[in-house]
Parts: sequence; structure tokens; C-alpha cells
Amino acid sequence: MNTLFAIFIYFSTLVFVVGLLQRIRSYAGTPAPLKIPTTPAPVTSGGVMLRMTREVVLFESLFKANLWTWAAGWLFHASMLLVVLRHLRYFTDPVWGWVVFIQPFGIYAGITMLLGLFGLLARRFFVERIRYISTPSDYLMLVLLIGIAASGLLMKFAGHPDVILVKNFFIGLMHLSIQPLPANAVLYVHLSLVFTLLLIFPMSKLLHAPGLFFSPSRNQTDNPREKRHIASWAVKLESEK
Amino acid sequence: MADIVAPAYRTIPIIPELKPGAMEGKGPFVASDKINEALGFPGHLVDDWHDKAIAKMGDLLSRYRSLKVYMDACVHCGACSDKCHYFIGTQDPKNMPVARQDLMRSVYRRYFTLPGKLFPKLVGARDLTKEVLDEWFNYFHQCSECRRCSVFCPYGIDTAEVTMAAREILDSVGYGQKYSNEIIGKVHKIGNNLGLPGPALKDTLEGLEEDVKDATGVDVRFPIDVKGAEVLLITPSADFFAEPHIDSLIGYAKVFHATGTSWTLSSMSSEAGNFGMFIGNYEQLRTIAMRIRQAALELGVKRIVVGECGHAWRVAYSFWNTLTGVGDGADPNDRFAQMLQKQLDHRYKQPAHICEFTWDMIQDERLVFDKSKNDKYVITFHDSCNVARGSNMGGYPGGQFDIPRNIIRAVATNFVEMDSSTIYERTFCCGGGGGLLTDDLIDVRVKGALPRMEMLQQVKDGHGVNFMACICAICKAQFTKVLPIYGFDRKVIGGVHQLVSNAIQLGVK
Repeated sequence: MNTLFAIFIYFSTLVFVVGLLQRIRSYAGTPAPLKIPTTPAPVTSGGVMLRMTREVVLFESLFKANLWTWAAGWLFHASMLLVVLRHLRYFTDPVWGWVVFIQPFGIYAGITMLLGLFGLLARRFFVERIRYISTPSDYLMLVLLIGIAASGLLMKFAGHPDVILVKNFFIGLMHLSIQPLPANAVLYVHLSLVFTLLLIFPMSKLLHAPGLFFSPSRNQTDNPREKRHIASWAVKLESEK
Repeated sequence: MADIVAPAYRTIPIIPELKPGAMEGKGPFVASDKINEALGFPGHLVDDWHDKAIAKMGDLLSRYRSLKVYMDACVHCGACSDKCHYFIGTQDPKNMPVARQDLMRSVYRRYFTLPGKLFPKLVGARDLTKEVLDEWFNYFHQCSECRRCSVFCPYGIDTAEVTMAAREILDSVGYGQKYSNEIIGKVHKIGNNLGLPGPALKDTLEGLEEDVKDATGVDVRFPIDVKGAEVLLITPSADFFAEPHIDSLIGYAKVFHATGTSWTLSSMSSEAGNFGMFIGNYEQLRTIAMRIRQAALELGVKRIVVGECGHAWRVAYSFWNTLTGVGDGADPNDRFAQMLQKQLDHRYKQPAHICEFTWDMIQDERLVFDKSKNDKYVITFHDSCNVARGSNMGGYPGGQFDIPRNIIRAVATNFVEMDSSTIYERTFCCGGGGGLLTDDLIDVRVKGALPRMEMLQQVKDGHGVNFMACICAICKAQFTKVLPIYGFDRKVIGGVHQLVSNAIQLGVK
């Protein structure tokens, strides 16, 4: 079982890293031939950085669009961030001070993450428009995340596995050696789901995370009259004439 | 057309329930062989359309970052799902922006992603069948590329980009739209969308000079093809004869006259509108815009000013510098752009909107107005979609909203805003933009106007509004047609420079 998990974890992490890098490279390498920022469009690059920061941190556009979706979505994402940071303790030795500090908040975040996810799932079931556009994978993605959060919380509040062993296992993997995992069914489920998520990340809608940074309607400076913007393939049209 | 009726107003503007299939088969006329071939597209649907369409999609994915990112990034959150005026008016779920994008995204997933190749049902992927292609033709011509959805999308996904890509793919396999492609053919052949030849244009302008002389006693000129003029005015060709467009053209001429600006129109380049954007084809977009560059070089003008036209101003403001070098800041080694940019006067923005020009003149106190001439009006302002969400004026964020309003306040007394959720970047499209301003799409046009009509009704009832000013030729034409269907007088719609024209005092300064 230890070896099986080690192989799966290595494999999915590899797919995640290579797949994501490949995707980012392809976004970055594809030209944006025209200036298409959407209003309110900043006219300076500093303004664009501020706008992107607001989008990433506060989900500004979603806030304008729909308060309920924003509330559930933001709660889920912010909670997940805390939960992920909390998990750094399994990969660092000694554990960094601020990671120790956030440990208790990370537990509450696990609960609020679940709340946010159920909110998002409820919308898919009960709002006619959202139900119409939902594909099976949209539901499964939420179920996967709910499974991750629920199994994680289950280990905290019932049937605590030996976290020292878990930590040894991951530190071991980081040094290419396979240490024993505690034999705990919930832990097995938790790890399987988490690394399944990483595995599908680079080929699913989870690409919205890197995608936002490459979205021309959000990341372009609104200065088309002041500076000529032209794609390499478009310059070739000029040399033809 | 007698059977066209307006949908009922929503008592509280709530989100309508879905009516699947409501707008199936309501697409536009298909272009004839002759129309398509004039633009270099296949005349009719080619035999190997499937492979050609997929290949074209791959080509576009490699040339447009927008399309590539937007195909991947959507999470089906539904933020956009109630934002489209065509969805609100038709209740057809495929007119929800996300569903419209998914018409293409489902095909993208099937042919360009691993999960779509392995588990199509799971991720909503599907083969490109003739039915799917027909669905594209139908629903991608029920989008006016107004970008309202993009404002609300957490990733800025712009359905306009997807619509443009879909239309380009359709054109590439010989499945073009009659209206847009026919008009582009006219621009190439004659120089404007209406197919108004040079001599007829000159006649029209002479007639206008007489009309204005009769009305004001002042010799306001409408010059054309004048070499060495300072300003080249590029305006939508509807301004030359359509009502109420022509009243704004008279307004521009009076502003130029009153400020002593030497200006000219061009018979070769007598069109601001650029339908190349509607069909998403960069080469067409560029070829059409090149006429403006050519006219500017031949006439040796110092400034290029654009008349009241929404999509045209987006193309002019956002794309002209890229396409033709009309602008500033080209690389010193960029001979193509430098050739023109050296000629232009960079104390002014290039190109400038006529509203920027007029507002500058008002601020310099070079214009005198008698506001009482507009006292018969209670005025509101309709932000045209592509000006609001795809361009700017004045060089600071939001200038495109302030400047037309500043002008209205300078020339008239009674001004009220419509509901704040439907102005500025949240404005609703008139329902006729993006290549939809054709009688074969009248049903979707009338329904798409619903959200704007509701808000106009509100300010009419609450404040007695009887004039809705705008700065777009398509808005003017669309509203002239649909206002009566909603029970308004067609003269309620008009241009900002129509108000300027009413109030301006000639020969005072």
C-alpha cells in the first residue's frame, strides 16, 4: 500500500507540475493580437496590477455579478487557501512559525470550506439556469472537493491517524524514500482524492486559476492610442504589401 | 413584419424562467455564393466542412490567446447567465453567455482536450455535426458582441471573442451570414456600408449645405476630398442620409464651422463602421481599416476624428493603431506605422472621438450655446455597448461615460440618468449591434431591446423623459425601428450632436 500510494503521488504530482507548466507556456506563447481590455480598464500597468489583485483576492467581478455565488465561492477559496497552508506542516521540518500560528484557524477553515462547497452545489441543484449549464464533471468536481474536506475533517474529529507517521511519509517522499503510512481508511481516501484533484488539474476547468492571469480582457493596459500593439503574425501582413 | 410584437415588461426585472428552444431556427439569412466569394470565402458549405472547421479552430486557438484561455477557464459558475439582453428578452437558455460559449467549448473539449477525447459525456463534449454547425450559425448570430457578460465574469471571459471565432470558422467553410458579408463587399467595392458612390455622396452634402443655410442663414460647409485639411472626419455612412443620424452630422459640421476648423470627409473612405470585427476576421478588419490610413495619407491631414458610432469607435480607438498605425507610439523602426504617425499632430489623441473634439472646444470656451433650444426635451443618455465596454475617451478610465454627458449638460438643461444597473459599463446593448441590424433578425432584435426599453419606460413615467441621446449609428437605427413597437415615438432616439446642433450659436465668436 505504501508503495502504491508513493507511485500514485509521484505520478499525479508530475502530471500536475508538467501539465500546468505546459499549459501556462502555451497561454504565454499565444499572441493576443488586439487590445481588448474590458471596462473599467486601467490606463497604466500599475492600475492593471491593482485590478488583477482585486480579482484574485476579492473576486471583484463575481461580486458585481451575483452575491450568493460570490459568497459561497469566496468562502470556499479563502478557506481552502488556509487549509492548504495549514498542511505545510507535513512538508516542513521544523515547522515554520506562521504555519504553527495558523493551525487552529485552519481547522475552522475546513468547516467553512465545506459550507462554501455545499453552497455552490446547492446552486447547481436549485437554480434553473445553473442546472442547465452544469455538466456531470461540474457536479463531480464539487463532490471530489467535498470528499477531500470531509475526509480531512473526519481525521481531525474522529479516528485520528498518527500524524507523525504521515509527516515522515511525506518528508520521505521528498527525499525519494518510501516510509510507512499509517493504516487508516479515511487517510487513504483523503490522499487518493487530493492527488486525483492534482492529476486532473491541468486538463480540467481548474485551469481557471492560471487562466485568469492570462485573460486579455483583464490583464491588458488600456493604452492602444498611445502605444502600438501588434502580434508577430500580424506584422507579416504588413510586409506583404 | 406586422406580427412582430414586443415582449411584456417584467414587473420587477427578475430573471426569466427558461424556455428551451425558443429561438431555434431564428437565425439570419445565409450568404449567397456571390457574396461569400467576393470576400475570398468559399461560396457555400464545402464538402469537407468538418475537417476544415476543426483545422480553422486549431488555427484560431494558436493565434488568439483570448480564445485559448476562454475555452479552458470557464467553471460554469453562472455569473454571466442572467446578464445577456438576448437571454432576458428571449428566455432561450442558449442565449445565456455561458451556454452560447459552450456551443463552441463542447467541440473544443472533444477535439482539443484529453478528457473530452476519452469521456465526452462526462465533460459535456460533443462531435461537430451538421446540427451543431447549424446551432452555431443560429445562436452566434444572436450575440451582438456587446461584452456585458465579460464585465461580470470572474475571469473576464468575453463571449464576443467566442462569437467572432465561431463566425470566422463558419465563413471559412462557406457558411457566412448574408447581412454582414454583403455589407463588407460594399465597403471593398464602393467605400461605405451603404454602397453610396462618391458623386451621390457629394450631391447629398451639397443638399445639406443648402438645408443648413435655409435653417440658420449661415454657410456651414460639408467639405469632401479636400487635400491639406486639418481634420479628416470618418463617420458611419448612415450619417449621410438616415434619420436621426443626419442631424448629428449637421452638429459635427456646425462645431467645425464655429471653431474655424478646416476639415474634410473622404469619398474613398466614407465609412467608420467596420464589419470585419463582426465576422471576427482580422484580415477583413485590417483591409477595411486600411482605407482610412490611405485617405489620411493622400489628403495629408493632421488629425483623424471619428463620428458617432459604437463598434466603429471601438475599432478606431482600440484597433486602428494596431491595424493601420493611426495612433502614436510606434517603434522607430516600424516604417509602416511611422510613415503615418509622423504626419499626424500628436498634441491631440489620434484618432479622436467627435465628442472628445467638441468637449475640448467647450472647455476652451470656443463654442456658445443657447440651452433653451433643447428645453422641449427631458434627456437621458444610453451608453452604447462598445463605447462603454470596449473603448475610452479623454485618456482616463471612465472618460467615455463623462464626456458625452458633459456635452449634454453643456447644451441642455434637463438631464436624468436611467437605472444605475443599466448605465456605464453595465449598460444594455440596443439589441441590434454586432451584425444583427437586419430585418431577417427583427424578432431577436425586438426581444433584445427589452431591458433597455423597460428602463426608458421607467424614466419616461418618472421624469417625463422624451429624448434618449446616444453616440452610435446602430443604436439610432435599431431604436428608430423598435421604439414604436414598444409604444414610444421613434423620434425619442437621437444623437448627442443633434442636441449640440440645436443649441449651438453660429457666428457669435
